[in-house]
Amino acid sequence: MTLDYVLKRLGMFLLIIFVAGTLNFAVPRLRPTNPIEEAMNQLLQNAGGVNISNVEEMIASYEERFGLNNPLWKQYVNYWVSLSRLDFGQSIRYFPAKVTEEIHQSLPWTIGLVGVTTIMAALIGSFFGAWLGWTRTPIAVAFVVPLLLIVTAVPFYLLGLLMMWVFTVFWPLLPGGGAHDFAIPPSLTLTSIIDIIEHAILPAAAIILSSIGFWGLGMRGMMVTTMGDDFIKLAEFKGLKERRIFLRYAVRNALLPQVTGLAINLGFVVSGSVLVEVLFAYPGIGNLLYTAITSNDFFVIQGVLMYVIFAIGLMLFIVDMVYPLIDPRIRYRAA
Amino acid sequence: MANNATTPLDPQIQSGSDEIVFVSESLGSRVTYTMGRNKLLFGGLFLILFIILFAVIGSIVIDKERTEVGYTMAERETASGEVKLRAAPRLRPSTKYWFGSDQFAIDIFAYVAYGTLGTLWMGLIAGIIGIGIGTLLGFLAGYFGGWIDAVVVVLSDALITIPGLILLITISAYLDQLTVEQLGILIGGISWMGTTRVVRAQVLTLKNRAYVEVSKFNGQGDMEIVLTELIPNLAPFIAAAFVGAVAGAILLSIGLSALGLGPQNEPNLGLMAFWFIRFGAVPQGMWWWFGPPILVIAIFVVGLFMITAGLDQIANPRLRTSV
Repeated sequence: MTLDYVLKRLGMFLLIIFVAGTLNFAVPRLRPTNPIEEAMNQLLQNAGGVNISNVEEMIASYEERFGLNNPLWKQYVNYWVSLSRLDFGQSIRYFPAKVTEEIHQSLPWTIGLVGVTTIMAALIGSFFGAWLGWTRTPIAVAFVVPLLLIVTAVPFYLLGLLMMWVFTVFWPLLPGGGAHDFAIPPSLTLTSIIDIIEHAILPAAAIILSSIGFWGLGMRGMMVTTMGDDFIKLAEFKGLKERRIFLRYAVRNALLPQVTGLAINLGFVVSGSVLVEVLFAYPGIGNLLYTAITSNDFFVIQGVLMYVIFAIGLMLFIVDMVYPLIDPRIRYRAA
Repeated sequence: MANNATTPLDPQIQSGSDEIVFVSESLGSRVTYTMGRNKLLFGGLFLILFIILFAVIGSIVIDKERTEVGYTMAERETASGEVKLRAAPRLRPSTKYWFGSDQFAIDIFAYVAYGTLGTLWMGLIAGIIGIGIGTLLGFLAGYFGGWIDAVVVVLSDALITIPGLILLITISAYLDQLTVEQLGILIGGISWMGTTRVVRAQVLTLKNRAYVEVSKFNGQGDMEIVLTELIPNLAPFIAAAFVGAVAGAILLSIGLSALGLGPQNEPNLGLMAFWFIRFGAVPQGMWWWFGPPILVIAIFVVGLFMITAGLDQIANPRLRTSV
């Protein structure tokens, strides 16, 4: 049964990759003319002899990979063969550069910004929600919960825009864009680290503020349910200290779904916050995707999509595998 | 038997299982009763109604010309000393132009009204299509089971993991300029999975209830059972999913449009977001440019969220004590 469960989850993971890959292959071909060929033809026309050999080289490499004159099924097979070798092709915009290189350059920025903020938002939000669920003062709940709702409701990029206005124009404290000062190249020196953190504060605050409500409200709901459980009453009757009941009994049990949520959300880190990155000109995956789209760099678009889906699928798979270990109430079942 | 099925507004569901509340029979008092008990739903409806009225009345009363580039004017002196009306961008809010004008001398108040209408229209199309596909697939999967169920479940499980915005960005990268309606259809087409899950789960629990069995013995066909027995019981779930779908679609469309990949044929809030991000409303300190659309979006999303929460309370009475 356990093997059955693992196989099913693994099948799901592969299926997600398959669906995403097929979308990548199919969508450009839904049009009567293949936009990839169009883009390259256009490049060929615009090249003006300067780097025409590059363009020809690129078309040759594309032909080699897919064989434009091959029947569709053969192109599809070739496509999966190259994907299985983690070959996403070369960037059209920066031609000889490989798509994987481009992605690996922006990945650290996104993981640094979105990964850290996701964890911070989950921690702050969960403990805030735990306090809201624990406190028996309805006034705090009546005021804080709607406030959380409103902050969560505003899309985070618009929240980021408002904060950008407050802290760069109205009250100029922080830099309004980029990941670091151009005069200070990223390194492991103190000035560079401070500079990078300064640039990250605004986009990070936008992401944290707008997702705190999600974690807080979820945690509060779980706390309310947990507090009604018999083992909390027993702990109270035993005369345990409030602090102990709060931390060891209530929070510990209510935290489980939050941990799963965090794990799943870490999978979404790679997809990042496209709009926040674009808004703050942060050189992460989101920005890469955006510039790729504005410059019709289709291989980069496809590569980013595959990375994103892979990260999410992998994280879901890991959660499915690990969760029953953390929570003994859930057993491996053929779902 | 269909008449005996409890409707979502039934006071017995409203009052919970351990409490019997006397309610008069008239529909009007039932509605006020529900409203009174369900402040979330009422408050949400109020906010949404406010936005809809603003958009509809605004676009009826205001001349559409005012949303065009170069509309806002101010008197300017020409080189020869003559006083003439000239297009005036970046006007601050005034009694003449309530929200001022943007960089292109567009009347922001007029644009927000028309833009809200365009965005609502888009959300409505997406919501209807998403709910339509979602409900249909949910019914097919839940009611017939077998391989249909397997295919639907696997497909929706796989698609639901792909972030909507990423999927939308990728698809739109290959499309020509979208219209508001096309974007609505596209978003509806990729956001049916949540509804499918809810409807399927509900159909699974409903289809074995006694009254469905009785209808089967009475010789009612599948279609008839779905229409007379299942749909009425699913109404609150579908309504909640619809509201959620519209909200999701509107946020998705604004996100896509803010990147400049959205429709540009009709005024919409997303296009406005693209402009005020792209043309530096923030560095220029033009709060009257980005403030109004953000406020409209916030009110709208909070309103929809309250409605969803309120409908959830009706659909699932146990939730009422928690959030």
